[in-house]
Amino acid sequence: MSTTQNTFDWRKTLQLGLIGGLVGVLIALVGMVDEFDKRDIVAGTLSMGWTLLLLTALITGYFAASMMPKGRGLPGIVSAVVASAIFAVVMSVLAWLVDRFDLRQVLVNASPNLVKILTFEQGVPNGLFMLIGAGAAVGLLGGVIHILPDRIRKAVALGLSMVALLGLLQEIIQVSLAGFEGVSKALEWMFGKGTEKGLSVAGAIVVFIVVAAGNLLWNTNAPKVNAQFNKLPQKSRRSLRWLGYGILFLVIIYLPAVLGLYLTEVVNSTGLFILMGLGLNIVVGFAGLLDLGYVAFYAIGAYTVGVLTNFSGELTWHFGWNFWLALPVAVSLAVLAGVVLGVPVLNMRGDYLAIVTLGFGEIIRILALSDFLKPSIGGSQGIVNIPPPQFLGVLINNPQTLYYVIVAGAILALFISQRLRDSRLGRSWKALREDEDVAQAMGINLVATKLLAFATGAAFSGLSGSILAVKLGTIYPHSFALLISINVLALIIVGGMGSIPGVFVGGLLLAGMPELLREFAEYRLLIYGALLVVMMQVRPEGFWPEATHKRELHEAEAVKPAEAEA
Amino acid sequence: MQSYRIRRINWTDLFMWVVGAALLALIVGGTYLTLQQGKFTAVQWFDLAVFGLAQGSVYALIALGYTLVYGILRMINFAHSEIFMSGAFIGYFAATGMQRAGFMQENPLLGIIIIFLTAMTTSAVLAILLERIAYRPLRGAPRLVPLITAIGASFFLQYTFRGLFGTQNRAYPEIDVIKGTVPLFGDFQIQKIQIIVIAAAAMMMAFLVLFVQYTKTGKAMRAVSEDKSVAALMGIDVDAIIVRTFILGASLAGAAGVLYCFMFRIVTFYMGFIPGIKAFTAAVLGGIGNPAGAMLGGLFLGIFESLGPTLFLDGLGVPAPYQLKDVIAFTMLVMVLIFRPTGILGERLSRAKA
Repeated sequence: MSTTQNTFDWRKTLQLGLIGGLVGVLIALVGMVDEFDKRDIVAGTLSMGWTLLLLTALITGYFAASMMPKGRGLPGIVSAVVASAIFAVVMSVLAWLVDRFDLRQVLVNASPNLVKILTFEQGVPNGLFMLIGAGAAVGLLGGVIHILPDRIRKAVALGLSMVALLGLLQEIIQVSLAGFEGVSKALEWMFGKGTEKGLSVAGAIVVFIVVAAGNLLWNTNAPKVNAQFNKLPQKSRRSLRWLGYGILFLVIIYLPAVLGLYLTEVVNSTGLFILMGLGLNIVVGFAGLLDLGYVAFYAIGAYTVGVLTNFSGELTWHFGWNFWLALPVAVSLAVLAGVVLGVPVLNMRGDYLAIVTLGFGEIIRILALSDFLKPSIGGSQGIVNIPPPQFLGVLINNPQTLYYVIVAGAILALFISQRLRDSRLGRSWKALREDEDVAQAMGINLVATKLLAFATGAAFSGLSGSILAVKLGTIYPHSFALLISINVLALIIVGGMGSIPGVFVGGLLLAGMPELLREFAEYRLLIYGALLVVMMQVRPEGFWPEATHKRELHEAEAVKPAEAEA
Repeated sequence: MQSYRIRRINWTDLFMWVVGAALLALIVGGTYLTLQQGKFTAVQWFDLAVFGLAQGSVYALIALGYTLVYGILRMINFAHSEIFMSGAFIGYFAATGMQRAGFMQENPLLGIIIIFLTAMTTSAVLAILLERIAYRPLRGAPRLVPLITAIGASFFLQYTFRGLFGTQNRAYPEIDVIKGTVPLFGDFQIQKIQIIVIAAAAMMMAFLVLFVQYTKTGKAMRAVSEDKSVAALMGIDVDAIIVRTFILGASLAGAAGVLYCFMFRIVTFYMGFIPGIKAFTAAVLGGIGNPAGAMLGGLFLGIFESLGPTLFLDGLGVPAPYQLKDVIAFTMLVMVLIFRPTGILGERLSRAKA
């Protein structure tokens, strides 16, 4: 703090390097480096595990550069290099320790394999120097990136993330596009042949250049294109928009045919999460009621369909209903549960609401698991033999047909939430979120408004649960753990609380990606947790924020500069 | 709000009263039937009660952490359960290490003290980091923001421990001195470990009360929980006091972790969740923000939960009632929040300040 301009701040550089190093050590020791090393981004050259470490080094360097008093210029770059080198030194200390002592009794991931990865398979003394050298080089890159003008930096960042994305998803891209004759040659060149997984080196470079250049071009020309669009007469603008919808519709219809069985399955589970997300978005995002027991309604929906349609005869009751008959009953029961569980928490706010709803969720799960209710809902063995539904003579028993059921549900939910958002009720919800007391003073009926929020949210969740029941054909109490609620919560927070497109963004990121990258599965909740903490500090409004909510969350910052002036 | 409730009884209140009355009838009826059937002997009831008391002492220690932090920051530190777990975990490594080296057999008392110190230090360090990294930047943010952060931090810590130390259940080493039972009169006896847990918890709670009442830090803590800005004007370093509060709560949680492991002898990464929720229930039950209430609430919940399932449900013919003990605890939490949100000893917080 006492340092004046242009002098080099050793303390901050050291501090940042050490923090970066500790983050790196944590990433390595929880096993992410080792686990992710199996998947390559650039075939044979760069694995995902290494990417994670490089990214940490890069960010360390970038921050070190931005910390310097006159960030742009030599001190910044030197600081970046030094900080990243310190990061690498910390990592090499870790590699040395792991190599020297057997720590696996305590730290399960401190394996020889980790040392091998960290030292570029060169063994301890030699590899460590390479590691430190690599760290410094990446730091240099971080420093240089910091110096670049904003426009170019964004393009570079986007290009690099696109390379990473394509590299990660290569398997899926190849599988889904393999059917098309002409494309397969290009794919082969881009992704390399045979068993290697990831982009080829040339492919990576091409992707990077195309995306970065495209982004630069778009950024310079976007205002013009927009102006052009706005200049068009009303009528042709509308028809252009309808054309867009039409294309979207066709894509939705033909998606399962293109994607194949496995990917459709992924889309389906993502869809169920999005359906739940749309419901929780109403409760948490619109009305501001933090509900951690949301999974309860999911369970109620699934169990209702299970009990009503099941034909195995192990349970006391034997309904043997048709799915389409059971579905409305399941949704109504979920709504009823939403109201019944909503009444006790009407007077609670914030923290208390969260804990009590969490308690409700657990109560439902424990009841489903208990011997007490075993005769009626199967106890820990769950309900098996839930028959697949039929629709107009088509048996919905594979992912590709079920897909349409889920899409129909999602579109219905989307339509309802969109209409509700702009309705009188939606505005009441938002008033409730901003300030309960003021809302009441404005004549909003708190009881009805809150209960309607719970009920609508529960309906979507119940619908999602009912579909889950036929999707799996069996339901177990373990499918309804608290983690589902947390998943859905993370999804709408990352997307942006109260934002409907945000639910889709969050769903694709947090439900779709982990399904595709199975390595992630183990670290799903670790990453979600970190994501929630970071999001709340950096971007509490989410990736696709809703305008009013964003304004509300940044109120304090908007006020601060004004205060500083005064 | 207040007058609204007094002026007329609306249907939601009526609904809750009906539910409450039904539950009360269930409890009374169940108890009567169970006692009438006389399936259980006095010794069995006594064992259950003592077990409940020991478990309740652990809840009370954890609950103190929730209450202390809530008193000062008005936020539920969701990640407190993971701080409890971390203490238990690192304490486990200390215990196995010493056991293997033979130290534990030679100096059992010193060994136990070392386990406690390791666990408490770990928890305290983790709490300091948590406060510094996750909570401090969010002072003054909308209420939902720190709460979501706390939930995120809780899962992050839980799964970091899973990643670091693996998914398997680790069995706590047996420490010879604390095994066995102490005979009382007749057939009645108490396990040694339960005596130790109850005594240790009582000692720590006494220490806490003295600390908060009579030390300078304790006074400053009370001042900060009254009013942060006025406390700052009086020359109190508010941030430092908040950190100390976290350290105090976390040390108690770490110690609770060791005691919990002494009793149940198993360590896993998700072991914090249920005791954490229970402890929170205990804190609410006693009146959150009030340390004495947290202790009382913890003991009450422990006994209630231990005796409850058998006492209330067995007579009603519910199979395997112990499976439903968490249901009983959560139901009690909800009922307390509805009918007496102040808890046994607390002020009216859940509505007024929440």
